[in-house]
Amino acid sequence: MSAIENWYHSESMENRKESARRIAYRFRQNPLSLVGLGIIVGLVFIAIFAPYIARHPQDAGYMGEPAVDFANRFAEPSLAHPFGTDQAGRDILSRVIFGTRYSLALGLFVLTFAIGIGVPVGLVAGYVGGFTGQVLMRITDIFLSVPPLVLALAVAVPLQPSLRNAMIAIAVVWWPWYARLVYGEVISVREEQFVEASRGIGASRIRIMFREILPNVLAPITVKFSLDMGYAILIGASLGFLGLGAQPPTPEWGTMIAEGRAYLPAQWWYSTFPGVAIFIAVLGFNLLGDGLRDVLDVEVD
Amino acid sequence: MGFKSYVIRRTLAGIPVFIGLSILIFTLARVLPGDPARLALGPRATDEAVQSLRDEMGLDDPVVVQYFDYMAGLLQGDMGISLITNRNVAADLVYFFPATFELITVGMLIAIAIGVPLGIIAGRNKDEAEDNASRLFAFFGVSMPAFWAAILLQLVFAFHLGLLPATGRIGVEAPPRLTGMMLVDSLIAMDFRAFRSAVAHIALPAFTLALAPMADIARMTRSSFIEELNKDYVHALHSSGIPGKLIAYKYVLKSSFAATLTIIALDYGFLIGSAFLIEIVFAWPGMARYGVDAILANDINAIVGVTLVVGIVFIVANLVVDILYGYFDPRVRYGGDGE
Repeated sequence: MSAIENWYHSESMENRKESARRIAYRFRQNPLSLVGLGIIVGLVFIAIFAPYIARHPQDAGYMGEPAVDFANRFAEPSLAHPFGTDQAGRDILSRVIFGTRYSLALGLFVLTFAIGIGVPVGLVAGYVGGFTGQVLMRITDIFLSVPPLVLALAVAVPLQPSLRNAMIAIAVVWWPWYARLVYGEVISVREEQFVEASRGIGASRIRIMFREILPNVLAPITVKFSLDMGYAILIGASLGFLGLGAQPPTPEWGTMIAEGRAYLPAQWWYSTFPGVAIFIAVLGFNLLGDGLRDVLDVEVD
Repeated sequence: MGFKSYVIRRTLAGIPVFIGLSILIFTLARVLPGDPARLALGPRATDEAVQSLRDEMGLDDPVVVQYFDYMAGLLQGDMGISLITNRNVAADLVYFFPATFELITVGMLIAIAIGVPLGIIAGRNKDEAEDNASRLFAFFGVSMPAFWAAILLQLVFAFHLGLLPATGRIGVEAPPRLTGMMLVDSLIAMDFRAFRSAVAHIALPAFTLALAPMADIARMTRSSFIEELNKDYVHALHSSGIPGKLIAYKYVLKSSFAATLTIIALDYGFLIGSAFLIEIVFAWPGMARYGVDAILANDINAIVGVTLVVGIVFIVANLVVDILYGYFDPRVRYGGDGE
């Protein structure tokens, strides 16, 4: 039984505390996952307090349309503008800071939706099985037969390009990954004695699925959630880059990189710094997810 | 069950997935809001023009009828007319696919050539400096947005150092088109000037594409290598005095390669997704760029066509994974598909 299951199934408060302590200890032993956690805490902080951290919040469209200052067009990185300015004289650092909000929101929305749909589908397909299960898993397979980016592109087309529609497009293609993960886990525990016992004393199917089986799947879901946050942010930025996500002048990272491409190689900073932000955010979630995978001792696909 | 019938059964299992995929893509393209004919012609087109395009595309038929029409056409190599090229989508795909195929294949070869040795070095020196460095590299590889890495490499190697061309496939007169793959065509024509130019052009995009799978392959090679190193037979070899290097390369590498092969096949499918971004940055005239152009122009036939081809590549890659699993681990063949 993995540490998190131990924790969940502990009867007494004492035992629970003990297992939680053990998880925390093992997590601290891994410096890279601590770096990841630090990055994510930092990002969340920046996203929440963006208007106070950014020096030019109005350049990122805070409280109104993004400001323009053509006199300051394409200023090189300097103390006044550490990341330089763009074609409308807007401070790129401030825009990158506000971009944190869009990327985190996108990741959270996509994964909440994906888990909300995928987990029940996987539970039902795995536990109820039969014809329903077969149909559900075949549908899942079909979704999984195209890379998420390409399918998201196909979904995004008929919708008008916007950040909201990009989120919807990515969410629509993401849930099957959770369905498959949960399905595999359910298959592996469905014949275990504790499930059998619960069935024996007359527990309902719903209760067995959500109270008995679901806790065993929490660990892999947690790990996949962390790894996927990074991946979803990448896909979101990719859609923005292709012009199918947030539209300029929204300070979304991928969109900014696409805008900056027109001014290469002279204004190199324009495309470079938003990319650094994506890289750090994705790295943070990957480091954390990898550390959690070690600590919770689970495999995700 | 024998290996042959396993392969046949697996291959047949890909067919319903493809049919399902075609239904999914087709329905997505027709059912979602927005009139493809209106989108294609733009807001200024007259209603009559839109209606006549709708008739031509059969958009007023029930979706089921449209689907069967499309599939019937597909079997005869007719995928509808592309609005951006005014040619049949099938002809466009035959024209553009080789460039993408060449790019992702070279990318994958680079990823293997660097990823596998990296993984072995890391595995042989577990928890030492080499291992940590390769782990860090792996994290960087999967965290870097491909399109951003492309822009950076382009900035440094093309614009600043001027070592490699920034865009395109070839800088001299192209060799006669046979396979559509510049590297192959120029070799067939024995045109080494063209070959050198094609190599220089493919270097940056292929390397950028290789970054993520390279990291993946290194990680997988490392972990399966370590797992294999801890097996009894390795201890037995050690105690009979066989040198560590020999054990590593002669015995361990071979048996740990199965896991790596499967990740290679899987990544190959994913590469075609990344190609959508890389081809844009390097102006690589392949299928992915055609797909993006189609998307931006709301060219619905082309979008369906490109997505289907990507799906086929992906399904084939997964099929190869399953077959490799079955080849290396015969238990898989007997266990059915785990259900």
